[in-house]
Amino acid sequence: MKVVKTVKLYIGGQFVRTESGRSYSFNKPGTENQYMRLCQASRKDFRNAVEICRNSVSSWSSRSAYNRSQILYRMAEMCEGKRLEFSTIFKDCLDVTNDRAEKMVDEAIDSFVYYAGFCDKYQQISGSVNPVNGPFHNFTTPEPVGMTALIDSDEFNFGSLIDNICSILVGGNAMVVLLGSGCPAILAPLAEIFATSDLPSGVINLLTGHLDELKQFIATHREVRSVSFQNEREDVFFDMKEASIDNMKRMVPRHKNVKSLDNILNFVEYKTVWHPIGY
Amino acid sequence: MTKKKTDKKKVAKKKTAKKATKKVAKKTTKKMTKSSTKKKSVKGLVFDYDPAPESSAIITFKKKYDLFIGGKFVAPESGKYMTSINPATTESLARFAVASEKDVDTAVKAARKAYQTSWSKLSGAERGKYLYRIARILQERAREFAVLETMDGGKPIKESRDVDIPLAAAHFFYYAGWADKLEYAFPGKKVSSIGVCGQIIPWNFPLLMAAWKIAPALAAGNTIVIKPAEQTPLTALLLAEVCQEAELPEGVVNIITGAGETGAAIVNHKDVNKIAFTGSTAVGKLIAKSIAKTNKKLTLELGGKSANIIFEDAALDQAVEGIINGIYFNQGHVCCAGSRLLVEESVRDVVLKKLKKRMSTLRVGNPLDKNTDVGAINSKEQYDQITKMVAAGKKEGGEFYQAECSLPRKGYFHAPSYFAHQSASSLISRVEVFGPVLSISSFRTPDEAITKANDTNYGLAAGIWSEKGSKIHKTAGSLKAGIIWANTYNKFDPTSPFGGYFESGYGREGGLQGLHPYLEIK
Repeated sequence: MKVVKTVKLYIGGQFVRTESGRSYSFNKPGTENQYMRLCQASRKDFRNAVEICRNSVSSWSSRSAYNRSQILYRMAEMCEGKRLEFSTIFKDCLDVTNDRAEKMVDEAIDSFVYYAGFCDKYQQISGSVNPVNGPFHNFTTPEPVGMTALIDSDEFNFGSLIDNICSILVGGNAMVVLLGSGCPAILAPLAEIFATSDLPSGVINLLTGHLDELKQFIATHREVRSVSFQNEREDVFFDMKEASIDNMKRMVPRHKNVKSLDNILNFVEYKTVWHPIGY
Repeated sequence: MTKKKTDKKKVAKKKTAKKATKKVAKKTTKKMTKSSTKKKSVKGLVFDYDPAPESSAIITFKKKYDLFIGGKFVAPESGKYMTSINPATTESLARFAVASEKDVDTAVKAARKAYQTSWSKLSGAERGKYLYRIARILQERAREFAVLETMDGGKPIKESRDVDIPLAAAHFFYYAGWADKLEYAFPGKKVSSIGVCGQIIPWNFPLLMAAWKIAPALAAGNTIVIKPAEQTPLTALLLAEVCQEAELPEGVVNIITGAGETGAAIVNHKDVNKIAFTGSTAVGKLIAKSIAKTNKKLTLELGGKSANIIFEDAALDQAVEGIINGIYFNQGHVCCAGSRLLVEESVRDVVLKKLKKRMSTLRVGNPLDKNTDVGAINSKEQYDQITKMVAAGKKEGGEFYQAECSLPRKGYFHAPSYFAHQSASSLISRVEVFGPVLSISSFRTPDEAITKANDTNYGLAAGIWSEKGSKIHKTAGSLKAGIIWANTYNKFDPTSPFGGYFESGYGREGGLQGLHPYLEIK
């Protein structure tokens, strides 16, 4: 007999059940066969995750760019090690061929590697030294926007999910990810990548649950500084955009760019520093 | 200094003065007797400054100012006009049109037509040449603009002459050069213009804000409809004349006046592709809400409650100048004003002593006088707002201090003030006063200073005063604000991006990063 497990949430580096004691069934596509059970994250789970996440921003943003780069590259290595586990899940849950499943893992690994290389370069490309009219040294650098919520697509695409996670990560931000309904089963092996790649705990938190239940709380939480909305439901995006204005969150709408500097720059704020020049 | 000592010094100085010329001495004595009966304008000075007014003869006011739409001045459809007041005298300066929704529609149509038929067809180099022309005309008519800006808004002529107008011209000059170099701004990307931009600007830097909005928009190939604030519409309308003089294709720049309703009509117009707003956070949020369910692009430059941190190892005299410049520049009507002074406990008393002394030498009065440091509060509403907040701050039990100075009888003037020993939760240290009112508190460690500085919903600017480089860099890196002034404050430049984190807005204006909001980047 097969043992069916309930996948737990990943909050603050720990695997935890939802405080709400609720779970739901995830079935193989087009069947009534239960593949696994998932925790249905509540408002309180989200708030717990945000609290831990916001406190972890500085532990990540204060790492040197070289160190961040190595940790992202480590994720690629850990992902490679879990190739078989991921492709099995994709074949089971998404009804894809072995080749396609392998390709999906390849895309994710490529994204990790691509963004690993950007950690110590996007500042040089997007920052500037500004030739002001006066005896001042003046320079602009991109800084992390802070705690970000990522709302994943319901049409599962491993490559873009990793692309979106990495684009937030590169700039020194921390995040709470609400996985889409397409393949939430990846939560466990994905969390294991983050747990074993020297990423400070709490920087990435993974939740499964229902967008309709959580959207309002994500949009209005005052510690959430930015929302990457990669779900296809445009009406929900506009509702959240409206509700997010109270603390002026940076709302990043769904896009199809992969492996792009622009994706990183969606999660930075430009800081300009002036200092006089003279004896 | 004891009173006796001061008097002795006065006598000594008086003697020297007598030697110089009889006439001057007489005048001084006269003044002194006058000022001893009244409150003296500048404490401790023997010689008062003679008035040095800038002549307003350079300005010819029109009877009324119409809307600038499609390259021409046209009367508003409603026939309604408002009056612009000189806040230093409370006298009316001119009447200006109130644009209705219909006028806004006409303006947007003119901008759309210009976008489609002329402006987007021009090469970047040609667009740049128009912007260069505008910059040059602004420089050539600088005196006229400065005097008008001071009369309309109450800011000291020293500031409009040396800061506002030259910077406005510099902005056009800077972005002119970008018009034919956009492909270098975002290497590897294809950039294109957005379309028609609706722009709404505030009353604190009327012409400068117009330049910040118009120059990058035009350089990027967009056309615009801009609304200056109803308190200060006149320099923007003079800029309309400059556009005509520069032979800018009609409809590229449309300048329409009116109050909040006119602004709302621009924001909600269906054919506007992008909104850029500078003003209060409350209005910024309203604008963001009203277009939240559209794909209109939005940049907002909103309020602030910026911390100015003085470490014990700072050059204290310079730091005190920085405090003054941070909060009393432009009567404190500055979104990035250093309105929260955080001073290290070990030097708090000496800094406060120096600050008081320096405040006593600030000259508050006629904005057209070239010696004036602090001019008039921009409007009666703003004056009421400031006095209301000061009263609330006093009621909360804040230790209030106001510079001793005589204020003109007419007009809206507010003496430079501060509240000392403020707690982090006090009203004056949390709410943007937008006037010459400083909140002062102290700290013991750099970490405490950073925590206190970041304890705000805003994130526009911050100041750091220290002679230790590593401390400055560490602090600058930890502050959550878009602009950090280290050992300086309130400096602006077209090449330097401006804008804030959090509730201080979205996007940057100025510099390379300031092109971003006006381009489609693919």
